[in-house]
Amino acid sequence: MSRHTLSVLVENKPGVLARVAALFSRRGFNIDSLAVGPTEHDDISRMTIVVNVEDLPLEQVTKQLNKLVNVIKIVELDNSQSVQRELMLIKVRTDSESRSHVLELVNLFRARCVDVATDAVTIEVTGTTDKLEAFVRVLEPYGIKELVQSGMVAIGRGARSITDRSLRALDRSA
Amino acid sequence: MTEKMTGAQALVRALEQVGVDTVFGIPGGAILPAYDPLYDSTKVRHVLVRHEQGAGHAAEGYAQATGKVGVCMATSGPGATNLVTPIADAYMDSVPIVAITGQVATPLIGTDAFQEADISGITMPITKHNFLVTKAEDIPRTIAEAFHIAGTGRPGPVLVDIAKDALQATTTFSWPPVMQLPGYRPVTRPHSKQIREAARLMMEAKRPVFYVGGGVHKARASAELLELAELTGIPVVTTLMARGTFPDSHPQHMGMPGMHGSVAAVGALQRSDLLIALGTRFDDRVTGELSSFAPNAKVIHADIDPAEISKNRHADVPIVGDCREVIGDLITAVRNEQAEGRKGDYTAWWRVLNGYKETYPLGYEEFDDGSLAPQYVIERLSALVGPDAIYVAGVGQHQMWAAQFIKYEKPGTFINSGGAGTMGFAVPAAMGAKMGRPDTVVWAIDGDGCFQMTNQELATCAIEGVPIKVAVINNGNLGMVRQWQTLFYDERYSNTDLQQVKRIPDFVKLAEAYGCVGLRCERPEDVDETIRKAMEINDVPVVVDFVVHKDAMVWPMVAAGTSNDDIKYARDMAPNWEGGE
Repeated sequence: MSRHTLSVLVENKPGVLARVAALFSRRGFNIDSLAVGPTEHDDISRMTIVVNVEDLPLEQVTKQLNKLVNVIKIVELDNSQSVQRELMLIKVRTDSESRSHVLELVNLFRARCVDVATDAVTIEVTGTTDKLEAFVRVLEPYGIKELVQSGMVAIGRGARSITDRSLRALDRSA
Repeated sequence: MTEKMTGAQALVRALEQVGVDTVFGIPGGAILPAYDPLYDSTKVRHVLVRHEQGAGHAAEGYAQATGKVGVCMATSGPGATNLVTPIADAYMDSVPIVAITGQVATPLIGTDAFQEADISGITMPITKHNFLVTKAEDIPRTIAEAFHIAGTGRPGPVLVDIAKDALQATTTFSWPPVMQLPGYRPVTRPHSKQIREAARLMMEAKRPVFYVGGGVHKARASAELLELAELTGIPVVTTLMARGTFPDSHPQHMGMPGMHGSVAAVGALQRSDLLIALGTRFDDRVTGELSSFAPNAKVIHADIDPAEISKNRHADVPIVGDCREVIGDLITAVRNEQAEGRKGDYTAWWRVLNGYKETYPLGYEEFDDGSLAPQYVIERLSALVGPDAIYVAGVGQHQMWAAQFIKYEKPGTFINSGGAGTMGFAVPAAMGAKMGRPDTVVWAIDGDGCFQMTNQELATCAIEGVPIKVAVINNGNLGMVRQWQTLFYDERYSNTDLQQVKRIPDFVKLAEAYGCVGLRCERPEDVDETIRKAMEINDVPVVVDFVVHKDAMVWPMVAAGTSNDDIKYARDMAPNWEGGE
């Protein structure tokens, strides 16, 4: 099994997320991570889907996704040729003694402290999956009270845009 | 052209504009606004069925008989959910239909309102696409898009769910609307490099086979297939969905492959070194155990749906395209190969195949107690009715016998429920086929189990003047299930006997109650006369109750999950593969 990152451009219409999610579940594909959001074009949303599958099932995932009428384009982003980020918010137990240690770790990981209470701090951190996992590991001894994490978003390196050609297709059909 | 009208009027006008002449349906609360303008339409004939499932299968029968998109209509909630089975059926067999359903008014959606069901959610995995329309102004564009999606690329069912308030609101109608489908671009032109590679492999192969599926007829490519087959001399097998696409009488035809295929067709695939798969999807009923299917064959796979290619079996030469274009291009490419002196030599292969054909022809057991063998009924039906009729089967033993013992010579003359295996398909689908092709004789070949699921549409046929003919192959049992109980469950016949009390129901009386002619035949010597009598009645539907022996079985058979190599041509009788070589 290997992890693959798919960028999926879809029409910004109600129900599209349900179609994609339902397709994954009924064809027996597992989603590791999913993030959906707007793009620079009002009519297009972008999903970043991380799947953990062999190459052959991945081809099926891509082909089946392409059959959905609301899916405009699918690009697999190569790990080395793209920037991949996740966002995590972590609430860590602190007291006057441990707070400075925690803040030191925050600096080392280039994270940010976004809320401070007498017995806890909330930290915002972005990065790759590996970095976030490492950060959680070093904070664990202090006591993690709560943690929330976004799905991964990713974008290809260099000047090329995956939306350009799709936008032209959209303009033609409009 | 721009006019003010209601959403309902816009719906009917849009249906007229896309060329709809027949709609099968039943009105109800949420769809009621649409039925008012439909009442006035001179172009669209609405056929009032007795159950929404009948409407859906009728739309499928109509679509398959005409090549046009079939249309069915139902109200919200239970009306819509009754369409689920035919929609799933159409999805599995790639039948172009558009289902139009009423939905509760927009403010009520999501409130568990009376007769509310999330039909677009329910049908998401069994439609090619579906729409929920909540604004009157979106109706014409959505109808245009629905028909475009249903009928192009790999055909399939599309559902359009329209909220009641959208039907009632006023809008302006203009035609043609601009479709907005940026993500829908079916590929129909095959890649020339792949075509050349395919032709090269065909000339090099020693044991090639054309493995032909339903996609070839859907692309209206039978004539091209015949030309390519004769040009190359390569044998042809036609799947359940492709019966008639290549003439049964042609010497290159090996029969139907699969679980109940001929030994010659199954043997041809298993021993092949090159499968040329056209418009087919390597279904488990054809391949048997996948890992031992055609183990020494390279695969050329042409299909309009890229997701089918290499889904079940790796394709060495993948070709995405419409089968008519693919086969047309293959003809040119093969001619080029032959012009350069590269011709396939399949003489040794034909010796093997002809051996299979001669040694293992289709046959069946007759009973010495004077009772009727179902296969004999179907054989005589084929002989007397001939190859110009359309035969429509349900699902089970009678369906397999209809696939085996009718001699199909023309494309589109066999309509059945293949992928979904929907019992009850035959009567309503035959009705739809007859309405689409009123000048063609349409015979439904049905089992007594199937017949009791949807025979209420006989009332529709009688009232609307649709004189279909129904041959009920009545063995009083759920025959195919009984066959499996005989073979795999130690003859423990759990819940397969439908007539523990004989003649309940009496199909002749039932036919008469529905305004049809009812005939009965119980002895071999009466078969021909009964069929002739049925053929003479053309003003009302005819139902013939053929009372047959319950122990008849479908052979050959590849038991589910086993290898095609283990096919039996009769109980415990396996072919000797080496014998033919």
